[in-house]
Amino acid sequence: MTDNTLLKVEDLTLYFKTRRGDVQAVDHVDFELPKNKAVVILGESGCGKTSMAKAILRLLPRNVSQYSGKIFIEDQDVMPLSDEEYRRQVRWVKISMVPQAAMNALNPVLRAGDQVAEPAMVHLGVDKAEALELAREMFQRVGVPEDFLTRYPFELSGGMRQRVAIATALITHPQLIVLDEPTSALDLLTQANIMNVLKTIKWETGTSYILITHDIATSSELADKVAVMYAGQIVEVNDADRFFAEPLHPYSQKLMASVPRLHGHDEPDFIPGRPPSLLNPPTSCRFIDRCHLRFDKCSADPPTFFADGHPVKCWLYEKEASDAIIPDSSK
Amino acid sequence: MSTDLQTPAPAATQSQNDDILLSVKDLHVWFELKKWGFSHVGWVRAVDNVNFDLKRSEAIAIVGESGCGKSSLMKTLLLLNRPREGQVIFEGKDISRLKGKELKWYRSQVGYVQQDPYGALPPFMPVHRILDEPLVINGVKDKRERQRRIRTALEEVALTPVEDVLNKYPHMLSGGQQQRVVIARAMILEPKLLVADEPVSMLDASVRVEILRLLRKLQEEHNLSVMYITHDLSTVRFFSERIFVMYAGKLVEQTHIEGLLDNPLHPYTVALLTGTSEPDAANARKLKEVPPGEPPSLVNPPAGCRFHPRCAHAIAGVCDVDEPPDFEPVPGHVVKCWLYKEGRTSYPEA
Ligand SMILES: Nc1ncnc2c1ncn2[C@@H]1O[C@H](COP(=O)(O)OP(=O)(O)OP(=O)(O)O)[C@@H](O)[C@H]1O
Ligand SMILES: Nc1ncnc2c1ncn2[C@@H]1O[C@H](COP(=O)(O)OP(=O)(O)OP(=O)(O)O)[C@@H](O)[C@H]1O
Ligand code: SF4
Ligand code: SF4
Ligand SMILES: [Mg+2]
Ligand SMILES: [Mg+2]
Repeated sequence: MTDNTLLKVEDLTLYFKTRRGDVQAVDHVDFELPKNKAVVILGESGCGKTSMAKAILRLLPRNVSQYSGKIFIEDQDVMPLSDEEYRRQVRWVKISMVPQAAMNALNPVLRAGDQVAEPAMVHLGVDKAEALELAREMFQRVGVPEDFLTRYPFELSGGMRQRVAIATALITHPQLIVLDEPTSALDLLTQANIMNVLKTIKWETGTSYILITHDIATSSELADKVAVMYAGQIVEVNDADRFFAEPLHPYSQKLMASVPRLHGHDEPDFIPGRPPSLLNPPTSCRFIDRCHLRFDKCSADPPTFFADGHPVKCWLYEKEASDAIIPDSSK
Repeated sequence: MSTDLQTPAPAATQSQNDDILLSVKDLHVWFELKKWGFSHVGWVRAVDNVNFDLKRSEAIAIVGESGCGKSSLMKTLLLLNRPREGQVIFEGKDISRLKGKELKWYRSQVGYVQQDPYGALPPFMPVHRILDEPLVINGVKDKRERQRRIRTALEEVALTPVEDVLNKYPHMLSGGQQQRVVIARAMILEPKLLVADEPVSMLDASVRVEILRLLRKLQEEHNLSVMYITHDLSTVRFFSERIFVMYAGKLVEQTHIEGLLDNPLHPYTVALLTGTSEPDAANARKLKEVPPGEPPSLVNPPAGCRFHPRCAHAIAGVCDVDEPPDFEPVPGHVVKCWLYKEGRTSYPEA
């Protein structure tokens, strides 16, 4: 962990208890995020992205059957903190979150300005007038006209409500904001406008982001790093420059190949089959049934290997193997 | 074409080019806005003066943002909305005049893949009943024949082995499989036209590609005409024929895929193209140039060109006063924008 590291997640695990067994939603996950950077968590629906965000923010449902690992914020491991300490020292103060579908989860009877002001009153201990003044600043940051401070959520468009949700996460000046699918329900131009807002905030305030999305093209608008999740595990972490040019893991390669391009003539391709159930995931590599590059080693669960310093969970990157078989990204 | 449908086609009432399947003329779809449920306060002008022809086995993509009227237009073709003005002509027949058997016939000719796959299927019906229903309604009396057609439909959408799917309820299927059932249902009466309203917007990237390929295969194999509605420009190439761009109830540009990508004319189209991201790490280092603001209310749309409050090229005294008519600066490429009044054939450089 270097001085420049803001967040480090080690061996993070979150399982849910159900009648049919444990759902291994987050399975021994590791990644790091430097200060003032954005890491994108990419993956298909149900792969565990939201669960990982909840694990980091300790926003847990009741049916947790296992919750373990380490979460360092700067140098402090926050896992040993009691819930009360975590709430006072970490959530909103150091990390805040814009939950999935936040724009539809605003309190319908609270004016937009009051919603944004609330965390400032609770976590910064300022009085109402001061909190509203801060809210006004936040509205400006996220591009909501000031006179919307007194409007109710139903009087705002989806795009405006999403900006209000972002302002709510921003007002306590956390070092890290977790954004769970912040634009996927919005229109293209609204999406682009909100991405512009997020970029500007990052450049001007030094905030870091974890951006959770299944939209690969839009993710590139914010990403410094990319972590790819498959069936509860992180299978690759890479710099955005490298990832969008030549992803390492066979799943990442297939995922990139499925993106339709506006320009260029490559027809997008799909990944045959479906991800495994998280109730009984295979003990082999979890991608094995769908992998175009599998070979005899793949029947065992791969540890994490490093390719040019980037972690990849795939047997192809074991030293001997990678000499023998070069992954073909054109397939 | 199916032979055993019990409902005969009505005779054409309008003469028309045989090549044209569907013709939309001066179509206006307005919804009345009422206060307290009765007193009139205005109109939502969801579709305003739309005109186009759709040829047999042609596919048209309609792109535009939320609320611009895409679904309202499609629902009018499906007789789920009544037009306030204008006509929809299908094989020479004005569909608003169809009644009884003729109406039934028309409905069998148009398949519908509705927006929101999760709400599209009745949760309490197994797949075989979902597919049986349209056949029963359309008078296919022979049970064996219905079973045969259900099988064929499921095979066509690659839900195989068919036995594994027939007795399943929608919630037992993945999002992609549910969408395949929706498509099978839309295809089971062997329609001539398929209306697909955002058929993939709720699905993961890879499943999206599978479903779009399936739709294209069906189009090719059955010489289907398709109206494909989307807000995602990067998928329109799948049906690489004509593209209509819709903004605030109007078709603002009509062109082919090459025209759209190589020579977009309407400032709104240019904004959509600029706003569409391709996965590229360089995106994170710059801001996108997108127009400010949001699409207008359709109750009181801006005067003149409806895009003028957001348009960097707006000509004061013209664009905010007079509505632009259709110009055709390049043959086959139609645009509603005053920039093209005097012979300009491409978008002005910045
Ligand atoms: N409280 C819970 N109890 C049991 N299973 C759960 C619970 N919450 C989530 N899951 C399951 O855990 C898995 C991961 O879910 P999660 O919501 O984290 O996925 P996601 O990647 O965010 O998906 P999406 O892209 O659809 O939002 C899924 O199989 C989901 O059904
Ligand atoms: N039955 C109705 N009564 C009143 N207004 C309606 C009705 N149906 C649609 N509208 C309004 O008409 C406008 C166009 O809606 P429409 O559903 O056609 O848009 P759309 O382009 O399909 O949007 P989306 O991409 O969100 O599906 C919207 O302002 C909508 O609120
Ligand atoms: S470990 Fe084997 S099966 Fe798994 S992704 Fe790598 S090559 Fe494919
Ligand atoms: S008509 Fe005027 S305002 Fe409308 S798009 Fe063209 S230039 Fe812009
Ligand atoms: Mg999620
Ligand atoms: Mg719609």
